[in-house]
Amino acid sequence: MTQLALVIDLNVCVGCHACVTSCKQWNTSGTAGSLVDLNPYASDPSGTFFNRVQTFEVGEFPNTQTVHFPKSCLHCEDPPCVPVCPTGASYKRAEDGIVLVDYDKCIGCKYCSWACPYGAREFDEERKVMTKCTLCVDRVTDQALPERERKPACVLACPANARLFGDVHDPESEVSRAIADRAGYQLMPEWGTRPANHYLPRRKTEIRIHPEDLERVDNPLKIDGKQPDVGHRGHGREDFAT
Amino acid sequence: MNPPFSAIFLTTLIGAGQGLFLMLFGAEVLLGPVATLPQARLFLAIGSLVSLALTAGGLIASFFHLGQPQRAWRGMAMWRTSWLAREGIALPLFMAGVFAYGLIQWFDLGGSLVIGALTAIVCLVLYVCTGMIYVSIRFIQEWSTPLTLVNYLLLGCASGATLATVLAAFSAPGLVIPFAILAAVFKVAGLLTRSASLLRNARLKPRSTLQSAIGIKHPRIVQKAQGFMGGSFNTREFFHQRAPQFLRSVKWFFLLMAFVLPLLLLVLGVTQGSPGLLLLAFATQYFGLVAERWFFFAQANHPQNLYYQTIS
Repeated sequence: MTQLALVIDLNVCVGCHACVTSCKQWNTSGTAGSLVDLNPYASDPSGTFFNRVQTFEVGEFPNTQTVHFPKSCLHCEDPPCVPVCPTGASYKRAEDGIVLVDYDKCIGCKYCSWACPYGAREFDEERKVMTKCTLCVDRVTDQALPERERKPACVLACPANARLFGDVHDPESEVSRAIADRAGYQLMPEWGTRPANHYLPRRKTEIRIHPEDLERVDNPLKIDGKQPDVGHRGHGREDFAT
Repeated sequence: MNPPFSAIFLTTLIGAGQGLFLMLFGAEVLLGPVATLPQARLFLAIGSLVSLALTAGGLIASFFHLGQPQRAWRGMAMWRTSWLAREGIALPLFMAGVFAYGLIQWFDLGGSLVIGALTAIVCLVLYVCTGMIYVSIRFIQEWSTPLTLVNYLLLGCASGATLATVLAAFSAPGLVIPFAILAAVFKVAGLLTRSASLLRNARLKPRSTLQSAIGIKHPRIVQKAQGFMGGSFNTREFFHQRAPQFLRSVKWFFLLMAFVLPLLLLVLGVTQGSPGLLLLAFATQYFGLVAERWFFFAQANHPQNLYYQTIS
């Protein structure tokens, strides 16, 4: 069974909000739209977004890290928002695991938003129905688009390639490999919601420098033996290139 | 949570209406043949009408909670999984039962015990549905306890019994004392269980932390930006926007208004034989229960608030 999901690489997210704006643009003009903005140019603006980028500071000065943290619906495999819906407007698609809202059935009781620990659902104050990330279902299933464009708008917009998209149930997929290789994790595992979206943790960036990287093996200055010998005249790393 | 007044009025009004009906039916069962006298039937019919009016008021209040009230009928579809849908079925069923019970009493049609018993069962089911709507959200830890359900039942019965005492004082004086005793018992029991839930909630340790919310295991994490500077549903719906001191005063206010004062007024009203004081007892208690329900919502700490702590 397919479970489409996003894998977000916190190691490379630079917090540029390109995913936020492209999400807003695509979804406000797509089948999920329009995403209402109340008083957009007045004193108390308020908007609906399916995706937000938040910023956290981890550690104590001077040993701090700034972590940019994109957050959207996690398309849980056991979504607590779906069974609580009294109308059946909130549902999880069997074929690809995307959690969606049927806007024509939603009565706007907001109970599903109470039942989501991640705050992923946002009520549309104009249409008076609950809205949420659709994983760009109208893009990813659109056969008219070229294959490489059948991805959520946020994924296509990310300049740092911090967002991966694919089937987390397929062990050979790019996302599954990333989760396995880089210890991808889920948010708030304590509630057993089993989010499909995963996050890749920060990595320590290290460079290994070998002595032979600093000096050429065949340095002509040392051929006559007058300079001190380097001691690694044999075959170097480059001779065993893989 | 940001307390929604629609849900506050829904739960307090139907709670009182359900409690009143249980008292009426209990009185009919206990009175036996006396309950078939015209005077008793008139009392039970008027009581049913008041219970119906209260539940109808609650139903109307609930419509104000919906974004699309004209589709409210759809809200019964998912009764297999959703406690809200179950409540949406049980409430009209209960109202129909009370209506039938009142008609039977008014026109002396017979079969009131059967209809009354069935309606009483639906009434208890409705209490369970209302409570479970909150109990079943497992990560709102303040709500997710059987005490929530017990409180809905006992506080509803307490206000219903007080109202039954008021009605009896006007049209069935013989029932004032038993109803008043029941009202006092339910008030004391409700005070005990509500205090128990207050004590429990004061000691709660949140299971979700900023660490589990973003998955970074470090003791010191501070949010620097929530990602937007304007308002949003997430900042409005899940926080009451009031100071902790205000919450504390509401707590003491409702303990006084919903339990202590009505109990004193009830005792005074019964000893003085004054229906006015009894009515005041019910009004005080109802107002106190509105404050109690406001506090019930405001105290609930939703884990999504972890993500929305700093504007920038």
